[in-house]
Amino acid sequence: MSELRRQQLAVRFREFLPEDNVIDQRTSLATYECDGLSAYREQPLLVLLPEDTAQVRQVMRLCRELRLPVVGRGAGTSLSGGALPHADGVVLSLAKMNRILEVDELARTAVVEPGVRNLAISEAVVAKGLYYAPDPSSQIACSIGGNVAENAGGVHCLKYGLTLHNILALKVVGADGEMFEIDQRSLHTDGYDLMPLLIGSEGMLGIVVEVTVKLLPIPRCARVVMGVFDSVEKAGDSVAAIIAEGIIPAGIEMMDNPAIRAAEDFVHANYPIEAEAILICELDGTEQEVSAQIERVERVLRAGGAIETRLAKDEAERLLFWSGRKAAFPAVGRISPDYYCIDGTIPRKSLAAVLAEVRRLSEQYGLPVANVFHAGDGNLHPLILYDANIEGELERTEELGSKILKLCIHHGGTITGEHGVGIEKLGEMCVQFSDAERNQFHALRECFDPLKILNPGKAIPTLARCAEHNAMHVRGGELPFPELERF
Amino acid sequence: MTVVLDDVDIERTLQEKIAEVAASGGQVEIVGSGSKRFYGESLEAMPLDVSAHCGIIDYDPAELVITLRAGCKLAQVETLLAERRQMFGFEPPRFGEGATIGGMVATGLAGPRRAFAGSIRDFVLGVKLLDGRGQVLQFGGRVIKNVAGFDVSRLMVGALGTLGIILEVSIRVVPQPETEVTLAYEHVSVDEHIRWVNCLGSEPYPISASLWHDGRSLLRLSGSEQGVREASAQLGGEEIEWDWSEANEQRLDFFGRSEPLSRVSLPPTTPDLFPGKSQLIEWGGAQRWLFGEADIGAVRDEVAGAGGSVCAFRHHAPDVPRFHPLAPAMLTLQRNIKASFDPVGIFNPGKLYAGL
Repeated sequence: MSELRRQQLAVRFREFLPEDNVIDQRTSLATYECDGLSAYREQPLLVLLPEDTAQVRQVMRLCRELRLPVVGRGAGTSLSGGALPHADGVVLSLAKMNRILEVDELARTAVVEPGVRNLAISEAVVAKGLYYAPDPSSQIACSIGGNVAENAGGVHCLKYGLTLHNILALKVVGADGEMFEIDQRSLHTDGYDLMPLLIGSEGMLGIVVEVTVKLLPIPRCARVVMGVFDSVEKAGDSVAAIIAEGIIPAGIEMMDNPAIRAAEDFVHANYPIEAEAILICELDGTEQEVSAQIERVERVLRAGGAIETRLAKDEAERLLFWSGRKAAFPAVGRISPDYYCIDGTIPRKSLAAVLAEVRRLSEQYGLPVANVFHAGDGNLHPLILYDANIEGELERTEELGSKILKLCIHHGGTITGEHGVGIEKLGEMCVQFSDAERNQFHALRECFDPLKILNPGKAIPTLARCAEHNAMHVRGGELPFPELERF
Repeated sequence: MTVVLDDVDIERTLQEKIAEVAASGGQVEIVGSGSKRFYGESLEAMPLDVSAHCGIIDYDPAELVITLRAGCKLAQVETLLAERRQMFGFEPPRFGEGATIGGMVATGLAGPRRAFAGSIRDFVLGVKLLDGRGQVLQFGGRVIKNVAGFDVSRLMVGALGTLGIILEVSIRVVPQPETEVTLAYEHVSVDEHIRWVNCLGSEPYPISASLWHDGRSLLRLSGSEQGVREASAQLGGEEIEWDWSEANEQRLDFFGRSEPLSRVSLPPTTPDLFPGKSQLIEWGGAQRWLFGEADIGAVRDEVAGAGGSVCAFRHHAPDVPRFHPLAPAMLTLQRNIKASFDPVGIFNPGKLYAGL
């Protein structure tokens, strides 16, 4: 039955898409059944690969006519299941729309199609001395369209901003197949500023078909200093002290002992494996400026109790210092059959308290946790080590992850700093937002997509789902449904 | 000496008031100090003074975030930040000593630093909002990275209060630069200025403002002592004393006339569209103030063709639409968005466009 439906649909889409751009064979569809969050899998009816905006509009019109769910997909590197297919819908892959359309050197902008890889933008303009600043760790693979959908971050956010801060214009195909534009090249907005709504909307408000990005001049000089600490608390306080000095580092990253050990084992970056924490702090600017600032940072680190500070003596050593941090996820992947990455954000001052509680939970669940931390912007990535082949361990890992996220909310933070809600954190959305707030999200979605065909079931949980979630997670002796206002 | 801000919470009162207005089918004009009341369409709704709602909810300089009730006076908050050698990165104009944080966010007006550091929207991290149903809603938060749910807090910037009453807002702050220098260059044409400032953008100079008026081009450098000294030596020009707030607050002679003043927003590298006309150009060419053009329709057509838009900022005839017209489909979308927050149209009706 469903096979018949699949073939019938394929025929309809092939009326305007090339034969090979409609994937309808089960073996080929399997490639698309998950994204970077591989614990969740679903096979779509079809995968569609339009080659231009006109084809995207035709796809959307037909999907609207057939009330067919549409899941947009870039490179499929989402860590929250944002591109998980819908069993009764299509995946709309933008992978074939991967042209850099225009680079304007004077205006320092590039106009690109959504399938262009993040790093490919910087590579295309490096000869002009420019680059695209946001650098999510998947930048070698992830697409700019996906970055827009998720408001991707990266190591350099504190100084250079998120995707939102580096986009000047979007062309979007709406759920009705019509195109609309948000053009802020003039640094001004007429009426409501829809840019922040669209960026990070996880494919629920439209399909981005063209992106104008801001390009920045490559800093003349970048240097890195590492601080070695015997407690995470001192390391955390040192970050605050650097910022109190009026210095905004280009990047400032922290790793705890398990993460240091895993990374050192993997890349041999000469990390101090006995340390409880290291801070890696990068400064950029002109030669003289960086020299002056890096001295100040070293002083602050020592005053903050660093056992040792190490200054990368040259570019090779700078890259070596970074190599361990950048390889932290795969490094952890080597020492454990599976790992689960959490993406909470907390006010920096809560770091010590949160890490202590994470350690307690880790012991309680018997699941080791390694922590890497975008220390400048409070974005914490605890990596829970587990083995999916042990029955029930994935479930316990998810439960531990959920507790960590609720801890982040409790400390005034958020359940996701840069990975998105996707399918993964729907339950926690019920805790972070009230019914009225979630209703507002749903209402906004319906302004753009009244039939709710764009990425249904993601990012914003339904009232019913939250009632169920909150019923299962009654907190310390409280009555069930204390804040629910309905029925 | 430390600034002490009043600490008064009138959230409950405002909530009751809105419930009452909603029940009686009324409409309100949200008013702070009134310093930017001229901005946008004029209203006939009943004024609702929200300026009493003030106080600092949270400010820890090391977090680079301040959370405030919207009635806080901008001048006081800026003094407080300055005591900790911090500031708002978007350099908001006040247009009056009583200017409030709520008005700053609602109008979204930013100053000379805008083109180089970002807009208010870029720095807002979270809001607490009173919507048209009388509900208190919170979006975003107090952390720099946050992608949970749609980014509603930033939607409030520039919405001119049409979506609800901003009760509280969390804003990212930045360190004050160690030093600032203004460089002046004489006998520069508009096109030379625009081209030059944009060329400089390809080099990592610490530029924090640019301005052209009457053949004179100004640049401001802000940053570390070393960085500014190096750049200043390379850029030449005459180092002058210049108060950038004179331009930001529109106190320069140029702004003193009572002829129609239009704000022309253009992609910054657009060549001069108004040669010989009276202009003042900021933001590397993106914001161009134009005096004396009463026929704004013609200006709008020309500017729209270049990818920009025009706001009738001051002294235009009452029947001139204040903001650049939206395409019909976009207007419908924005009306629907307005209705999702304010279903019966209580807040600042028509302040932006008819129906929102």
